[in-house]
Amino acid sequence: MRRALPILAVLVVLLAAIAIANPFILEPAGFLAFLKRAAPLVVLAAGQYFVVVSGEFDLSVGSLVTAEVVIAARLIDGDESATWPVLALLIVAGLLAGLVNGVLTTKLRVPSFIVTLGMLLVLSGAVFLWTGGAPRGALSEGFREFGRGGLGPVPWSVLILLVTGAAAIWLMRADFGRTLMATGDNERAAALSGVRVDRVKIFAFMLSGLSAAVAAILLGGFAGVSAQAGQGLEFSAITAVVLGGVVLGGGRGSVLAAMAGAVTLEALFTLLNLYGISGALEFTVQGVIIIAAVAAGAIRLPRKPTPRRGDAHAAS
Amino acid sequence: MDLLTRAGRAARQARGGPASHAHDPARVVFLALFGLVAAGWALVAIDGGQFLTMESVVGIQQRSAALGIVAIGQTLAILAGSLDLSVAYLISLASLVAAEIMAGQDGNIGPAIAAVLVISALVGLFNGLVITRLQVHAFIATLGAALIIKGVVDHLYDGPAGKVPESFQLLGYSRVGPIPVSAMLWAGVAVVAWFLLSRTRLGHRIYAVGGDEEVARLSGIRTPRVIVITHVLCSVCAGIAGLLLAARLGAGAPTVGTDGGYDLESIAAVVLGGTALAGGRGGVAGTVGGVLLLAVLDTIFNQLEINSFVKDVVRGAVIVVAVAVYARRGTRRTA
Repeated sequence: MRRALPILAVLVVLLAAIAIANPFILEPAGFLAFLKRAAPLVVLAAGQYFVVVSGEFDLSVGSLVTAEVVIAARLIDGDESATWPVLALLIVAGLLAGLVNGVLTTKLRVPSFIVTLGMLLVLSGAVFLWTGGAPRGALSEGFREFGRGGLGPVPWSVLILLVTGAAAIWLMRADFGRTLMATGDNERAAALSGVRVDRVKIFAFMLSGLSAAVAAILLGGFAGVSAQAGQGLEFSAITAVVLGGVVLGGGRGSVLAAMAGAVTLEALFTLLNLYGISGALEFTVQGVIIIAAVAAGAIRLPRKPTPRRGDAHAAS
Repeated sequence: MDLLTRAGRAARQARGGPASHAHDPARVVFLALFGLVAAGWALVAIDGGQFLTMESVVGIQQRSAALGIVAIGQTLAILAGSLDLSVAYLISLASLVAAEIMAGQDGNIGPAIAAVLVISALVGLFNGLVITRLQVHAFIATLGAALIIKGVVDHLYDGPAGKVPESFQLLGYSRVGPIPVSAMLWAGVAVVAWFLLSRTRLGHRIYAVGGDEEVARLSGIRTPRVIVITHVLCSVCAGIAGLLLAARLGAGAPTVGTDGGYDLESIAAVVLGGTALAGGRGGVAGTVGGVLLLAVLDTIFNQLEINSFVKDVVRGAVIVVAVAVYARRGTRRTA
């Protein structure tokens, strides 16, 4: 919780700025609508967090989201009865993609940047090969319910978001979280003290794949089917995680802060829209703010004493 | 102990010149390239065609020139332990700046080239300073720079703009015998980078910083300066690629860099060439081989008229397999 404080402060400031221009967000309905829009990115950020904190990258999530949305539309093709089997299939496919990423990274010792980049190419190529360039078919109403509908006034996506958050926090407090953090901080030390490093990392990649599947289900319902459904999401997710103060390279940061980072990023998009920073220039502002936020974090926090430097002192 | 072996490795590389660090993986890449050409020749022959025609040889070179130039710059950044995700948007920006300043006039070619080189050097300086002074991870710093450039370019342009005079378009299309001028430009950039890395003090410092930044700093290298310089050189290479693409298109285009996927593709080519993503090991020769490998793969697929999406799938698999092979060889040597 303490680690999440800086990003939560930034988030409150951004929400206040949004509220000045559009007080609707202070009402429950307005806030829930905002969270609903943010949900896919927040879920993805939670998944990406596990991978980043273990010292790796997952660049494949964007194309995995696209692939899952396109596959769902093709398989369901408007058929209501196919909804649940396809949902199960999507979850399995997400886990499987994560498993492949994890096994290639740990067993073949290929940097995860390259493995997941390869996965990105393979997935996007395979999806377009299968659909012949343009997505076909349609999602069923039951499928879209998750992204669009809700339980009374509370959207399903917000409920899924809360469950994901609770599960992620629980995971990080369990043994898995401790070993994951230890692995990201110093892989060798973790391995020497009995952590099954490979298994922990593979599990982290599978969680990222799972989060991509959930995000695809939410996004498919919310925004519909398109071949660009997941475009750029891998970079947004990594940016969100880093905004939350999680260190690329592993071993530092909290999952709550990473998810707050994703909400902050979404608040930033909303704010830029509200204040009429039109279309393209939005990217410029976003770029400046991301660099500034990460730079501010790097300067304010005391620099992490790397194990390597510790060695150097011991040696001299 | 770990520190000693690391320092030893960095020092050996810093002293040894290209023989010790560039050749081993590079040789593998060129062997693979040779094998691929042979396989392609056989496959196309079975298909009833001819693989190594004048047309396809020229095509391979033209296809790889722009990516090749970007990848050489990327090699420098990666060797120093950094990376650059902003090259794709910078290429688009460079093509637009070039075409707008030239405006179809022969007399403006000089100023246009100068402007592109200055702007790309400034972008590289920005990247390098953000990474070293503000201590932002290179991934985030260059991604931020990419977004900034994307915003500016998309705000100002929504389609091709400017005009490149006929004389400058020769850079994109003309050739001497079987060798296109663009490939000569690529070769020139590669030779300069090779000379820099293997024959100059700066080159050895780049390897040292990429091998272990802390050790490099303790042995008296100003590591921030080295990182900034590699980023400036990387961005200048992207600017040159932008000039080449503007010459080929006859105009500047806001999507020319991203359509080519030059950011991730250049990193993939560098790694395919045996350069370690973590920095400190590898070289320019391997990168040239990696780019040629991708281009030959493209050509084979084109000649066999295979669906272009299969190409992406195979390409992804090839990259992962190649790096896995290097990782295996690396562990065997240290064991």
